[in-house]
Amino acid sequence: MKRLASMAFAAASVLSLQGCAGWQSALDPKGPAASELAWLIWFFTGLCAVVWVLVMIALAAPVLMRPPRRTEPLVLDAGADHRKLRVVAIAVGLTAAILVGLTLLSFFANRTLAAIGSDAALTIRVTGHQWWWEVRYEDATPSRILTTANEIHIPAGEPVRLLLTSTDVIHSFWVPSLAGKLDLIPGHINVLDIKADKPGTYRGQCAEFCGAQHANMGTFIIAEPRAKFDAWWNDQLQPAAPPTGDEAKAGADLFLKRPCVMCHKIGGTPAGGTVAPDLTHVASRRTLAAGSLTMSRGNLAAWIADPQGIKPGSHMPVVELNGDELNAIVAYLEGLK
Amino acid sequence: MRLGFATLLSVTLALAACQREERDTRPQSSLGSGGQPTPVTALEPGGQRPSPRDNKAASFEANAFHLSEGKRLFGWFNCSGCHANGGGGMGPALMDQKWIYGSSMESIHATIRDGRPNGMPSFRNMIPDDQIWELAAFVRSLSGNAPSSAAPQRNDGMMPHPSENRMPDAATLGKSP
Amino acid sequence: MSSADLTSERDLPPEREATAKGDVAPERDGPRDTGMDDASLHRWLARTWRTPPGIIGALSSVDHKVVARRYLITAFVFLCLGGLNAVAMRIQLSGPQRGLIGPDLYNQLFTMHGVTMMFLFAVPIVQATGIYLVPLMVGSRNIAFPRLNAFSYWIYVSGGLFAWVSFALSMAPDVGWFAYVPLSGPEFGPGKRADVWAQMITYTEVSSLAVAVATIVTVFKQRAPGMSLDKIPLYVWALLVTSFVVVFAMPAVMITSTFLILDRLVGTHIFNPAEGGDALLFQHLFWFFGHPEVYIIFLPATGMVSAIIPAFARRPAFGHLGLVLSLIAVGFLSFGLWVHHMFATGLPKLGASFFTASSMLIAIPNGVQIFCWLATLWDGRPVIRTPLLFVFGFFFIFVIGGLTGVMLASVPLDLQVHDTYFVVAHFHYVLIGGSVFPLLGAAYFWFPKITGRMMSERLGHWHFWLAFIGFNAAFFPMHLVGLWGMPRRVYTYPAELGWGNINLFITGGAVLFFLSFVLFTLNLVHGALKGAPAGDNPWDAGTLEWATSSPPPSYNFARIPIVTNVEPLWAEREVLPVATGLRVDVRELLISTVAEAHPDIREKSATPSIWPLFAAIAVGGTFLYSIFTPWAIVWGAAPIAITLIGWFWPKDTPEDEE
Repeated sequence: MKRLASMAFAAASVLSLQGCAGWQSALDPKGPAASELAWLIWFFTGLCAVVWVLVMIALAAPVLMRPPRRTEPLVLDAGADHRKLRVVAIAVGLTAAILVGLTLLSFFANRTLAAIGSDAALTIRVTGHQWWWEVRYEDATPSRILTTANEIHIPAGEPVRLLLTSTDVIHSFWVPSLAGKLDLIPGHINVLDIKADKPGTYRGQCAEFCGAQHANMGTFIIAEPRAKFDAWWNDQLQPAAPPTGDEAKAGADLFLKRPCVMCHKIGGTPAGGTVAPDLTHVASRRTLAAGSLTMSRGNLAAWIADPQGIKPGSHMPVVELNGDELNAIVAYLEGLK
Repeated sequence: MRLGFATLLSVTLALAACQREERDTRPQSSLGSGGQPTPVTALEPGGQRPSPRDNKAASFEANAFHLSEGKRLFGWFNCSGCHANGGGGMGPALMDQKWIYGSSMESIHATIRDGRPNGMPSFRNMIPDDQIWELAAFVRSLSGNAPSSAAPQRNDGMMPHPSENRMPDAATLGKSP
Repeated sequence: MSSADLTSERDLPPEREATAKGDVAPERDGPRDTGMDDASLHRWLARTWRTPPGIIGALSSVDHKVVARRYLITAFVFLCLGGLNAVAMRIQLSGPQRGLIGPDLYNQLFTMHGVTMMFLFAVPIVQATGIYLVPLMVGSRNIAFPRLNAFSYWIYVSGGLFAWVSFALSMAPDVGWFAYVPLSGPEFGPGKRADVWAQMITYTEVSSLAVAVATIVTVFKQRAPGMSLDKIPLYVWALLVTSFVVVFAMPAVMITSTFLILDRLVGTHIFNPAEGGDALLFQHLFWFFGHPEVYIIFLPATGMVSAIIPAFARRPAFGHLGLVLSLIAVGFLSFGLWVHHMFATGLPKLGASFFTASSMLIAIPNGVQIFCWLATLWDGRPVIRTPLLFVFGFFFIFVIGGLTGVMLASVPLDLQVHDTYFVVAHFHYVLIGGSVFPLLGAAYFWFPKITGRMMSERLGHWHFWLAFIGFNAAFFPMHLVGLWGMPRRVYTYPAELGWGNINLFITGGAVLFFLSFVLFTLNLVHGALKGAPAGDNPWDAGTLEWATSSPPPSYNFARIPIVTNVEPLWAEREVLPVATGLRVDVRELLISTVAEAHPDIREKSATPSIWPLFAAIAVGGTFLYSIFTPWAIVWGAAPIAITLIGWFWPKDTPEDEE
């Protein structure tokens, strides 16, 4: 047993070095909620480890200390049993005390978490779709309401309120380095407050099984300084950049004449589909297909040419395009900064 | 005896299930492209001419996944804008047994792909061919023409009509006067 | 060994039996075992209680041992199938972006893995162990309602076949073993896949309800004279509590799956938010069953631990009363903490905190059990044999699982680890550590009783260490990878998240763990064919099942033993006192009172019958057909009624002799 424990420990420590690089790790908190939770995780783990070691010592004692073997099973030492009863009672009492402590601890941690976003100024509505995230920035001025997909820009150091819901099945929004997860349930609106301490990019992904492409339903939270965030918002409100160059112009034309237009929206053009991610500023995002591919000309072409090879079962159909058409559409999309 | 029962059961199920449960999301060009011209009407002097069969029709019309995809696309592509939820509005009703241009998968596919006079637009190039087949299969299920074990079930929304798998049998629906 | 002994020495009233006898007209009476010599008694009983020869005879068997053996073998086959699913999934996950298995198949694989392990392996095998052992441990000749028991097996097999034939047809459920709506609902679950899930549940629930009822009645009414409530073995207590949990939990899931089928097939709107239903309702209903389900699997395993530890610690379990009360407390509390599976759904915070408290609370009775077992072991140097090794493995693993369970009970902490590999690690520690390790220990412990032969100790030690190392290597790192952000039920993951190496390590562990079961199978086969003869009581244990021969005769006990101690074989070293007066030419059981186990009446036990099989076929066919049309319930009622009429057709024998 010891051999195994040390082996497991060695393996764990080697592997945990690798995990530190993670930008999607509950143990690498970047916001107040995740920090509180990481502290809680370590505290619980430490306490549980102590309890476990004590139980293991109690288990190993009769084997290692080699007391004499009992011969007559029914001959019991009443005094010894009485002492044992006392030990067991104390152990149960301690267990109860620890459990009460842990219950109180999680109750107060819950209160701390709830207080984080009480003064959130920015509200973002996140709607889950199979298998991407629709992100809508709410604003009192209707013309400033902004819809985008899969990547959520937030101002760093400020609490942000996310309203979570779904149009199809249950998803779960989870960016471990910022906060715990919360489900997106059709017919319900859940409120999750998040806050990133520093600017940075934090990955998350759907945490409730939602069908064929559950594994490839990633999201990014991009925390930026307030000024940069405001500039980003203003940029995103602009209609799509007009195509430059012949190929891109041909691509813009093709976009409207091919199935693309049936589902996708590009602001400032007749393309107005709302059932798939908004592509008005698609090239300004870091990834494609809900975090599956990094944004590049090659990946754009690959995704359009064979979406069912990259995300089998996703709702993006295979569209028959010849090479020139594909290049033209990619050139157009690439320009949508 | 149990073994025989189990074998019989699995054979029956296999025949029914292999068509129904597959979930192909890539176009199967080997089955035929649906590219051949479909005549506007099956009427011909001296009788009816056989309507051309497309292999895709057979593989789509009893497949539960394709039918449900068709139902999703019917909503996504706003077919309801003209046909309502199948009850008809600007466009003809789809949940009865009146077929202006034929009730076969091929005819419906042609209707969506090429359009028809009096307002049905052509979706050639706008909807990939497989998705047109899915829509065609779904449209047939609206009037109870799909096997009830494969036809779509109710959706999570307000229900304007019984779900497709509970449609009365095609024969009992209203016929053309 | 005659009944005269009883009256003189034991504080039991066998007189009541005698007076009961006296009322019966002699011509309706048959030969009794009173005063009969051993050889002719054996001849009589063997003829009365035998399973008829031939295939029809075998299919008609109502012997609890025969049914239990079938159950055990079938459940073991399903364990292997579920294990193969797991290995396939682990190979797919051994590296980032592996293309071996696509999402469609992967989703079916993990659903089948969960469904098979929970419904076709874990619950049936713990109940099957109970079917085999409970009648022996309470000193009875057969389980109560033996035909119902046989029926339950056939239903269970049909359910398992149904699920796996569907899998072969690519029609297996692909929505996870808890099949949340709307994903499994009518709009997002095309085809019959989710219906297969929903209906397979119905088969297995009917079967486990039947077993639960039979177990409860056996424990309450068929105990050997003298086995008052305080002398019932802990294993039997565990099965009794489990059976009550089954009776109260299973209807919840049958309602859930029936609602789902109604939504899908009939078009009701129970889970449709747009028409006034609610998707969350499904989760509440499901987990109201789902959490007790864990204890249905775990409690019998604690019974096994409570049976194995005294045998090797060479003393009765410390704190017998405490252990029994803990079992009952766990049984009750298990119904009060289902919401901790739903903390991430955004429930009101105060309400969720209540369930933190109740989830923490259940750790107390479980702690009592652990401490009592440890205290039992402290009394002397235990005899270390393979069953006890597995019990040590149980402590090592289950305590980790229990402690991570405490972590999951905390609402805020759960929000980070819910639905990640941390949870996968947790419930495998709880279920494999808490149930499979004791089961493996129990297999080594009771194998001699079932087959009359010993399993190899050498292979057993190898098996234990391979299983122990493989298990921990496979599942311990999952805690970490879960905290690093890996959600469960993903068929692949991107390379840049750095989960590749640890997943490869996990896959290696999983393969080792699987190999340990290959070794186990070898040991089983070797033991059954070539094992050393075991004798009646190879471990010198104290409970009644060791009083009869190994394997037990069809009638279990030639004469019904009288119990004077919770470990009767230790209390009566020389020869067990027995009660007599049962007829030997018909199947007769001694029915005793619930609390004191005074002999009360003699009761007939059902004879072999083919009708339970026919009834199971009719019921199974109805269930199968009902995924296609609701009218199946109507058309299926006729064949079910016919088979039940056949089953209950009155025989030309007197109803009751009292």
